[in-house]
Amino acid sequence: MLITRKAEFSASHTCRSPGLSESENRALFGAAANPHGHGHNYVLEVTLEGTPDPVTGMVLDLKALKETLNREVVEIYDHRFLNREVAPFDHVIPTPENIAIDIWNRLLPHLSGPRGKLHGVRIYETPDLYVEYFGDAG
Amino acid sequence: MIEVTRKYRFSASHRLHAPQLDEAENRALYGKCNNPFGHGHNYEIAVTVRGPVEPRSGRAVDAELLDGLVRRQVLEPFEHRNLNEEVEAFRAAVPTSENLGREVVRRLKQNWQAVFPADWPRLERVAIAETSRNAFEVSAHEIE
Repeated sequence: MLITRKAEFSASHTCRSPGLSESENRALFGAAANPHGHGHNYVLEVTLEGTPDPVTGMVLDLKALKETLNREVVEIYDHRFLNREVAPFDHVIPTPENIAIDIWNRLLPHLSGPRGKLHGVRIYETPDLYVEYFGDAG
Repeated sequence: MIEVTRKYRFSASHRLHAPQLDEAENRALYGKCNNPFGHGHNYEIAVTVRGPVEPRSGRAVDAELLDGLVRRQVLEPFEHRNLNEEVEAFRAAVPTSENLGREVVRRLKQNWQAVFPADWPRLERVAIAETSRNAFEVSAHEIE
């Protein structure tokens, strides 16, 4: 069974590679390369896989999941300039692809129990663009 | 591997009518969708692409290249058209969402190499929503 919980955060970022010139960055990333940054309302969907506990009827405690998402992701990402304030984006470009991988890496140690294993991370940068990561094996 | 999905919209009209069936059978099968004058929808399509994150750019797909491909192959030929009469594929096939999804995959696959000549990214699937209450997904592997 799959269970998905949503969370939201708002953050700014700039997409630039330090190894590229100004004009190369502009060509590759367009408006997203503006060095002053720009922002999005990100929507995160975290999907877990598991079987319901025969006693509680729940795969896992959703309150606990909400707390994990808040503590491990939202409190770290929300209202931050990702490039300057959230590791590893001082040296990794905060594209939605890399954000999905980073959120997966943050959540995996907390969502690997026998009940409710991390299955996938979906991050919406806008309502019309989302990225999904299912871990190394996916 | 990462999957990136982009959503696009277009508005078009169509009529569901199978020439192999008679009037009464078409009416029974397709109901209101068989109205001889046609009717329209605001279609939403979601195009999913799969690939590794390229280290230089931090991205799995250049979204602008994907947008251009979808715009040329799907949005421009379908936008504000009568699908039955103005899109070649639907002279022979009923423009259901199922067939529309297959046609979108076919068009993207046929023109993929010209835009994305490398091994990755690859087209993974296309989802079509005729209205917000239904969705049809076609895997890229289903279509030649």
